[in-house]
Amino acid sequence: MYAFTHHSATSIADAVKSVGEGKYLAGGHTLVPTMKQRLAMPGNIVDLNKVAELKGVSDNGGVLTVKAMTRHYEVENSPVVQKAIPGLAKLAGGIGDPQVRHRGTMGGSVANNDPAADYPAAVLALNATIVTDRRRIAADDYFKGLFTTALEDSELITAIEFPHADSFSYAKFRNPASLYAMVGVAIAKKGGAVRVAVTGAGSDGVFRWKEAEDKLAANFTAAALDGLAVSPSRVNGDLHGSAEYRAHLIGVMAKRAMGA
Amino acid sequence: MTATGIGAPVRRKEDFRFITGKGRYVDDINRPGQAYAYFLRSPHAHATINKIDTSAALKEPGVVAILTGDDVAADKVGGLICGWMIHNKDGSPMKGGAHPALAHGKVRYVGDHVAVVIAETLAQARDASEKIEVDYGVLPAAASIESARKAGAAAIHDVAPDNQVYDWHIGDKAAADAAFAQAKHVTKLDIVNNRLVPNPMEPRAAVGDYDMGSDSFTLYTTSQNPHVARLVLSAFIGIAPENKLRVIAPDVGGGFGSKIFIYAEETICVWAAKKVGRPVKWTSDRTEAFLSDAHGRDHVTHAEMALGDNGKILGLRVKTRANMGAYLSTFASSVPTYLYAPLLSGQYNIPAIYAEVEAVYTNTAPVDAYRGAGRPEATFVIERLAEVAARELHMDPAEFRRRNFVTQFPHQTPVIMAYDAGDYDASLTLAQKMHDTAGFLARKAASAANGKLRGIGYSAYIEACGIAPSAAVGSLGAGVGLWESAEVRVNPVGTVEILTGSHSHGQGHETTFAQLVSSRLGIPLENVSIVHGDTDKVQMGMGTYGSRSGAVGMSAIVKALDKIEAKAKKVAAHVLEAAEGDIEFKDGKFTVKGTDKSADFGTVALNAYIAHKFNGQELEPGLKESAFWDPTNFTFPAGVHICELEIDPATGVIKIDRWTAVDDFGNVINPMIVEGQVHGGIAQGVGQALLEGAVYDESGQLLTASFMDYTMPRADDLPSYNVGMTVTPCPSNPLGIKGCGEAGAIASPPAVINAITNALGHENITMPATPEKVWRAAQSAVRKQAAE
Repeated sequence: MYAFTHHSATSIADAVKSVGEGKYLAGGHTLVPTMKQRLAMPGNIVDLNKVAELKGVSDNGGVLTVKAMTRHYEVENSPVVQKAIPGLAKLAGGIGDPQVRHRGTMGGSVANNDPAADYPAAVLALNATIVTDRRRIAADDYFKGLFTTALEDSELITAIEFPHADSFSYAKFRNPASLYAMVGVAIAKKGGAVRVAVTGAGSDGVFRWKEAEDKLAANFTAAALDGLAVSPSRVNGDLHGSAEYRAHLIGVMAKRAMGA
Repeated sequence: MTATGIGAPVRRKEDFRFITGKGRYVDDINRPGQAYAYFLRSPHAHATINKIDTSAALKEPGVVAILTGDDVAADKVGGLICGWMIHNKDGSPMKGGAHPALAHGKVRYVGDHVAVVIAETLAQARDASEKIEVDYGVLPAAASIESARKAGAAAIHDVAPDNQVYDWHIGDKAAADAAFAQAKHVTKLDIVNNRLVPNPMEPRAAVGDYDMGSDSFTLYTTSQNPHVARLVLSAFIGIAPENKLRVIAPDVGGGFGSKIFIYAEETICVWAAKKVGRPVKWTSDRTEAFLSDAHGRDHVTHAEMALGDNGKILGLRVKTRANMGAYLSTFASSVPTYLYAPLLSGQYNIPAIYAEVEAVYTNTAPVDAYRGAGRPEATFVIERLAEVAARELHMDPAEFRRRNFVTQFPHQTPVIMAYDAGDYDASLTLAQKMHDTAGFLARKAASAANGKLRGIGYSAYIEACGIAPSAAVGSLGAGVGLWESAEVRVNPVGTVEILTGSHSHGQGHETTFAQLVSSRLGIPLENVSIVHGDTDKVQMGMGTYGSRSGAVGMSAIVKALDKIEAKAKKVAAHVLEAAEGDIEFKDGKFTVKGTDKSADFGTVALNAYIAHKFNGQELEPGLKESAFWDPTNFTFPAGVHICELEIDPATGVIKIDRWTAVDDFGNVINPMIVEGQVHGGIAQGVGQALLEGAVYDESGQLLTASFMDYTMPRADDLPSYNVGMTVTPCPSNPLGIKGCGEAGAIASPPAVINAITNALGHENITMPATPEKVWRAAQSAVRKQAAE
């Protein structure tokens, strides 16, 4: 790790004002290891952990709001989340391990947009809105590729708003070594509309699987996905799974998300 | 059996300090004024070093010194050695390339040691290392056996222009060929034994210290055999004479073989301590461990089994290529030769065996002994062949094995080994009963109804432990003797210290060794302390590996205890005023035959030291004895493991449903610790079979250099094991012990792969059987099951 300055922010305004060329520190699960490996070398760290206005969960009967610094453990165990979108609480309970869930935050995960993270699939499938210190960004406009988002320099996610859905479910296949999602499929249904988001596998990060959405909109059963396949050309491959295998797993995990 | 005696499942004495964080590992040791070493490692798999410019780095804050291969050469520090000479088929010696502790003129794998920066803090050393400018001339790299042996491949060492280290063989080729000429059936298999990274929980570490006043060195190091480290550092590397070099291996957090070897880092730390006049400390981080700990396995084999009438095995032909990595590590040459091929007979009566082994340099980390060391590779060959042969002959795999088991002992195999005792059928029969193999078909049908493929696989393994006798291993090329030593110090109050040359790094010696002494002397367990891991305390030792601490290390203790008892009887005769021949010793009491006179052990110990009751000229005061034990043979633990698993054909995910292990370890001192060894061994074997694999790309970069990419077994990858034991005592040591440390890792990989191939109905799967491989392999099996 290289030397850096550390500022513990007291408010959203203080954080945004202080960050400059530096980095925000949320749960630190990506940033701190990459700093320790000397792969990231921010000169300035703005720590969000003491910003009270970035914490908490609320629901207005139609939209669930999760503030950015809410830990995975809190999402998993929040009665508000469990009532509003139970599948989201379940997804949070499957992230990493207990240590990770007590430290990692939703805002940190969504800001980092790791292609193997779970939350981006939920945000995209549930058509959530990313709320920042300066604007609101629709999920469809937010994810821009591997570790890339619509966020501008110094722009800070303050909350994520999830419209309620009729149903939401998520199934993932874990990378055997890291236990990150090698393929994760989130499916949300609201009225006649179905959104299917795939994480872990896309060569450009999380993406919507439109063909599956159309089939499920017509017939919301696992069987509707029979014979449907994602082209391996839009899927990445590595040591742990070829593009062909991951593409196949997308179909399997989609059916499992549908209860098959 | 008493509550703490031999055979009692005593809880481990050492665990209190380990689980309360009170263990003392090398990284816990800090010497006054110590500086920190950071090794600059090669980013290239193969390159010349044209120039190293340290001038900018030397100006960085906190830098004490920067040393390179030139400094090592100038000080005439000897190279790292390989201590086992192998001869080629034509009798010529193997080609061992030089292995300087810091690379000199050339780097040969990613992670090779280019320079060491010694600074006030580790961060400063690392910062400065980034300012060292190295002018590399990148050479073509060969990361695999095939690419290293390809015509025109760049030579990794000048002494081996075609990258061949040796071309060795064993057995009778003519006899094997004759067996194949008569065969009714021949089973052939191509086998890859995947490369593994040991990953002990504690990474390697070293603190080198030099005392100018006494002109002597102390090295604290993560070693399984501190005396061997001292011997090599003195006699070969030339750090200091043995009487001026103390090596301490305190608590060590796992080794699995990887801490047997003498590495560059501890050599540099102890050498540099004198050079810079400061104690020098180095602790590996996990990435360095992946890059530079000696790896394990990495064989490619073609094997053939000749079969006669009624499924009788007539002969075996095996051709293996072994990847040795970029340098020959300390015992590397012995692993694919004498620790491997002599086990190819398995538990079977095989009249003719011929094996050839070619060892090859590649631009990868050195490969050496890893839990089982050669025996897992041999067991994988013979147990895969046995299973496939049974299938091809349409025989039950258990019955096939039974027909070929060795049943008469001693049994001389065609490949060196003389099996001394065993009852292989007893282990197989008990394992089948415990496993309920009879219920397998019903369970398979139930799985099929759920769309799952169920398979069962056997592994009837044998291994050779307690590697010995010294004269025999010497004749095979070993550079050291393989005995063990012990000293028993009885204190005046009757408490006892055992100084052993064995070294515990997870095996629980402090408990099992104390159980032996406690029951032999009839004193409480807590009155016995075990001392190990310090060359200034323990007289001599060969260390712990190859499941040798019980069979060899404890036998040395028994021999010393025999002397203690003999001496104590002389003292007791004076105390009890009786003839020495009338003294009997039992349950901690000395008695006079035919009388009610007695003295307890503590009384006799005290009298040995106060020496009031005997003439000190006729009987030496004191009660302390030492012994060296050199066994007459290897020991031969054997057993049967049965793995049963279920495959999800949609994803290729495997769930191990049940596992039965029945082992014959001879007599057992502490069954709980033995079971723990079996559990851990199976976990590592399942790791090899399903999860673990070190992967280099073609340019020699290690792709699996962290736990993000290298899959270690986790608790939820493993089932609850059914562990059973049968006992045929080992005839070649006084305790009848065979050894248990490696059995699980040896037995389990073929059991897993036999179960997978049984489920799939074909043999097309390699280790690690990852979900993707299994998914691909399962497609045809699904079609077949659907058709049925």
